[in-house]
Formats: sequence, structure tokens, C-alpha cells
Amino acid sequence: MDFFLQQLTNGLAVGSIYALIALGYTMVYGVLKLINFAHGDLFAIGAYLGLTLLTAFGLTRFLGPLGVVIVLALMVMGLVAVVGAVLERVAYRPLRQAHRLSAVVSAMGASIFFQNALMLIYGARYKVYPHDILPKNVVSLLGVEVPLVRLLVLLTSVLMMVALYLFIQKTRIGTAIRAAAIDQRAAKLMGINVDRVIMIVFLIGPALGGAAGLMVGLYYGQINFTMGWMYGLKAFTAAILGGIGNIPGAMVGGLLLGVIEAMGAAYLSIAWKDAITFIVLIAILIVRPTGLLGERVAEKV
Amino acid sequence: MLQVENIHVSYGRVEALHGVSLDVRQGEIVTILGANGAGKSTTLNAICGIFKTTEGAIRFEKEDIHTLAAHAIVARGVAQVPEGRRVFGTLTVRENLNLGAYTCNDKARVADNRQRVYTLFPRLAERVDQLAGTLSGGEQQMLAIGRALMGNPKILLLDEPSLGLAPLLVKAIFETIREINRSGLTVVLVEQNARAALKLAHRGYVMEVGRIVLEDTADRLLADPEVQKAYLGGAR
Ligand SMILES: Nc1ncnc2c1ncn2[C@@H]1O[C@H](COP(=O)(O)OP(=O)(O)OP(=O)(O)O)[C@@H](O)[C@H]1O
Ligand SMILES: [Mg+2]
Repeated sequence: MDFFLQQLTNGLAVGSIYALIALGYTMVYGVLKLINFAHGDLFAIGAYLGLTLLTAFGLTRFLGPLGVVIVLALMVMGLVAVVGAVLERVAYRPLRQAHRLSAVVSAMGASIFFQNALMLIYGARYKVYPHDILPKNVVSLLGVEVPLVRLLVLLTSVLMMVALYLFIQKTRIGTAIRAAAIDQRAAKLMGINVDRVIMIVFLIGPALGGAAGLMVGLYYGQINFTMGWMYGLKAFTAAILGGIGNIPGAMVGGLLLGVIEAMGAAYLSIAWKDAITFIVLIAILIVRPTGLLGERVAEKV
Repeated sequence: MLQVENIHVSYGRVEALHGVSLDVRQGEIVTILGANGAGKSTTLNAICGIFKTTEGAIRFEKEDIHTLAAHAIVARGVAQVPEGRRVFGTLTVRENLNLGAYTCNDKARVADNRQRVYTLFPRLAERVDQLAGTLSGGEQQMLAIGRALMGNPKILLLDEPSLGLAPLLVKAIFETIREINRSGLTVVLVEQNARAALKLAHRGYVMEVGRIVLEDTADRLLADPEVQKAYLGGAR
């Protein structure tokens, strides 16, 4: 029971990070029908920017641990959002009218560019986050000692997801984002500035991805310039699992994938941890390509 | 109110409109008739800025609009009910109507318009929380029209609103269009159902392969032997 709960909470925490990244894939796919292959690298940029900001400004000297994390998160999210918006402007908008494949190639190019830029700036070795920022406390959960950090990661991610969900469901802009994802031309006929909607999606997705990168840095303590690739792939799998284009689907898919992975690693073999993701991806593509929540109401013509 | 002057529109290398001109005056119902592929939908979408013109000009209330983005044209009061309705299927009726009022910031005005739409289409009022994709074809058409009215447009462009509807419903929709027009809204109506459209409209244009070939008052078009032969299924 103890072991199981450890794995479950760990799986949920990691899964919530996958979910945050998956949201970026799914939202961009929603409005552009494009897989933003550079999204994983935006996540990695978030992790590195977090490290830089943390060490460069010596934030820990002025603020308590909670303050540090909040200020850091806001800065990282803002900066990665800007990188995302620039990416859209430079790599995707000029190709809006071009063939779909051109944008895919452009996305891959952007991914390679970001990865190499990170390597050139920060070096190819693992970088280590200072490990005195977050409390080392453990909390007792159903009689099991669970690291506080793990719960904080889960809680923060869930809070962000709830905020996003409310934004998408309840606000005018959120409704416009959903409308543009369903039918761009009809959205334009409603007076929606679809270019602006796409820009907003490229601010929100990368902001969440950047936050996820920061969390990985804080949670695991070390980062690498290729991390965007593996996390990106897992989050992409999570998005497919939940139904690509579907926002709640990305959340559910991320959490589920995290738990499946943790359980697989625990009860099968740790060596299988990453392979499990691919098995899930292949299985879902065969059994239910629309994903768990991906079924749309048939539209009458 | 709306002047379309010699516009050309191309899809890739193929030109679909070869110099189309229209003139719509305040308060009118103007119909555009033509066979499949004549360029009627292309014309409406050019007016709305969905397709860009390569030549010619479009003026609305004396201002050039062919240079504007689609959302800016809508904001000036040009609404379109597109061919095939294009309601947002996975959104509720209420959300669809709200989107129709996207450009309108005046809450009281939006509430007024909503009331007006519900009066026009009580069926929508009963189904506010239903997903638009699960509405019947006729209800979707009502929603598409209602949605276009939510933004308080000055001119309403309708692209084949009778498509796929039972005769009784077609009659009701046309009656509604007349009612909307009486309340002061200018209407451009693209229709396959030429007879009904000409009976409703004040004036009409006939299009053939990307050009306007005929323009006259609706009565005279109804009586025109050529029009009767080509669009009204022979004289009656
Ligand atoms: N997206 C497009 N890409 C390429 N060609 C197009 C496109 N849309 C329309 N066309 C072509 O432009 C011409 C005019 O089409 P349009 O849809 O305006 O006709 P229409 O008069 O509305 O016909 P219908 O009565 O069938 O709706 C047709 O030859 C059509 O094949
Ligand atoms: Mg048409």
C-alpha cells in the first residue's frame, strides 16, 4: 500500500507536468491543425530560463521559498510566452496559406534551432538546480510519507489547469478560441480576429510549457538541453491519449499517462518506463485514434 | 449603401469572378441568382473579406472595405449567414448566439438583440443549452440567422438559407427575412429557389460563370422569358 501510494502520487505529479505541456500541443492543434514540434523545446527553455533567473538575481536572498517560486514562475511563463509568440510570428504565420507539410517542416526546424541554441548557450552537460530552494518536508498522507514538493507540483499544475479551463469555458476570448478551433471561416464571420486568437494560443501554451519546465527543474533538480524531446514526446502522447484538440482531454491524458508510466516502472521494470509511453501511443492509435475524449458531436450539413 | 465595383477574385491560378459589380441600397432586399458554380458564394465572401479581391473595389457606406480584414468588416455591420450554416456544432445555442455578438460591447444592446432573436425564433429559446450540432437542419438555419442578427448588423448577406429545408420551413424562413427587412435591415439573398427569392426581393442580379449577366427589378426578372427558362423551370 505504501509503495502503491508513493507510485500513484509520483505518477500524478509527473503526469500533471505532462498535462501542462500537452495543453500547448492540443491548443495549437485546435486552432491551426498543426503539431508544434518545437513545443517540447519551449518547455526546455522554461527550465533553463528558470535556472538562469534563479542564479543570476539571487532571488533566494530577497524572498522566502514560496515567494521565489512564484516570482520565478511568473517571469519564466512571461518570457517563454514571448518566445512562443515570436515563434508563431516567424516560423508559422508566413506559412499560414502554404501546404500543411511546410509548417511541419518549419516546426521541426524551429525545434532543432532551439535545441542547439540551448546547447550553445548552456553547454551539453546536465545543469543542476540549486537544491536549497524548496522545503524538504514530507507530509503524511493516509499514513504514507509523501514529499511535500510532489504535492506542490501536483497542486500548482491542477490550479493552472483549472484556471485555463475556466478561461476557455467562461470568457469571451476563451469562447472565441473554441470557435476558431471549430471553424476558422465562421469565426471570422463573427468578427473574431483569428490571427489574434492564434497569437493568444501561442502565448498560453508556451507559458504553461515553460512553467512545466521550471517545475521539472525544481522537482528533479537537473536539466539537459535534450529534455524537450522526451518530455515533448510524452506530452504529445498524452494529448493524443486524451484526444488531440481537446483541452480537458490533454489534462486527463497527461495525468493518466503519468500514472501508467509510474505503475509500469514500479511493477514491471524501471527500464520499461519510456517504452510504456510508446506502447500507449501505439495502442491508442490502433484502438481509438480519436483519443479518450476526442469524440465530437456529429455536425449536420 | 454597398457598392461592389468590378471585382475579380481568384482561387490560386483560377479566376472565379471576372469583374462583378453590384449596388445595394439602404432598406432593399437584393437577390443574386445563378447556377451552381456561378460565383455567388465567392461574391458574398469577397464582400466579407474572407477572399481578397485582386482587382476592383468594395465600398460600404462610402468607405473602402476590400482592404480590411474580415473581422474589421464584420465590425462595421456586415453580417453573413454562410452557405451550409456553419454553426459551431460543439458549442451550445447560447454560445453560438454570444459569438454572433462578439463585436458588440454594449451589454444592454446584446440583451435586446437576444430577445429579438428569441421572438423571431422561439424554438431557439427552448434550446439554449443544447449543442448546435444536435439541432435539426431547420433549427440550425434559424440559429445561423439568429447568430448573424446578434451583432446588430446594418446589412445581412444570406447564402442559400433554404438549402435542404422542407417547403413549409422555407416559407417560414422567407417570411422571417421579409420581417427582418421591414424592421430596417438591408438584405442580400443568394438563392437557388429563384421564384421565391424574386417574389421576396426588390431587385435581382443574375450571375453566370463569374459575371453578372442580368440586373433588373424583381418583377421584371420574374416576367423575363430568359430567366423563366433558365431559373424558373419554364413559364407558368
Ligand atoms: N475554395 C475554392 N478553391 C477553388 N475553387 C473554388 C473554391 N471555392 C469555389 N471555387 C470555384 O469558384 C467558382 C464559383 O464558386 P461559388 O462557390 O462562388 O459558386 P456558387 O455560385 O456559390 O455555387 P453554388 O450555387 O453551387 O453554391 C466555382 O467554379 C468553384 O469551383
Ligand atoms: Mg454557393
